[in-house]
Amino acid sequence: MTTLQTTTEQILQLASEQFKVPRETLTADDDFFQKLGINSLQALDLLTRLEQHFQIELPDYELQGVSDFRTLAERIQSRL
Amino acid sequence: MNGFQGETLSWQVVDGTIELLLDRPPCNEIGSATLADLESFATALESLQRDAHALIISSARPEGFCAGADLRELYQRSQVLEHHERIAGLRDFLGRIHIVMNAIDAAPVTTIAAVHGVTFGGGFELALTCDLIIADKMARFCFPELRLGLIPGFGGIPRLKRDLGNAVVRDLLLTGRSINATKAQSVGLVSQVSAEGDALHLARSTAAQLKKFDRASASAAKRFIKPIPYDMLRHEIEIFCDLFTRPAVEAGLRKFVESKDPLPYLP
Repeated sequence: MTTLQTTTEQILQLASEQFKVPRETLTADDDFFQKLGINSLQALDLLTRLEQHFQIELPDYELQGVSDFRTLAERIQSRL
Repeated sequence: MNGFQGETLSWQVVDGTIELLLDRPPCNEIGSATLADLESFATALESLQRDAHALIISSARPEGFCAGADLRELYQRSQVLEHHERIAGLRDFLGRIHIVMNAIDAAPVTTIAAVHGVTFGGGFELALTCDLIIADKMARFCFPELRLGLIPGFGGIPRLKRDLGNAVVRDLLLTGRSINATKAQSVGLVSQVSAEGDALHLARSTAAQLKKFDRASASAAKRFIKPIPYDMLRHEIEIFCDLFTRPAVEAGLRKFVESKDPLPYLP
């Protein structure tokens, strides 16, 4: 069974690769909008990649108010 | 005229396929300029389709196929008009866009929407006029209108209801959530899913396949299986105009236009 820690690590790795940000500069508590420098359309892009990676559906309203990787991982974890 | 370059879109006929390319930054929002160009296209379509077997609609914008109606223009125009002028202008705009959408929906050629990225609201509705939707794996579909206190106004609900089960329509309409291409294919909305950046390529190879069939037979098959829900489309305009008069809509539009929210598209 995938743990929250593993899920978080996979999200950080995916974000790092997608947005060309060194993995070692990202932490679970980072605000991903600020850290990745992404806009709303890029956030949708990230959502799609997360859905594909974890093979889940993640309704975008569940991401409202979510801006840090840890909370994002919790939302994903609840659907695994 | 076999080719056209407008302010917001262009078209050309390539090997019997009409290719309509949307290209208005940031993401092909449909306002008065796009509507005028689409009307030119609908007029030209009558002669273009005599020598064509397929139509492909796609976008040159990297952000996506189309983010829907130009809400900023809608809001700004509504601010300088009296109430009755506002509704009359809205009704005129909706009537005109419905004529365009119906013309594409009823075109005797087989129509393909090759979509990628954001395919929201009016953009989703434009895709729904087509016989086939071929989606890039990164495409997302959404009806976010309820967050503004509105319903989709370009014919989206009647066409989605025609093509899919009512439960899918309710899910998309009432939650306002976006779905990805894989989900869209699983519910029957999307015909084929392409690799990233390959939707237009896939649409072209599909159009080449369509060329093998007798045009009149393909057209008859389309008329038989794809009725246009005119009554519901007219009803949709009435509901939209009724809702538009509510103060909540103006507040919703203002909130969207002035939003600093990093996720303004989310419901």
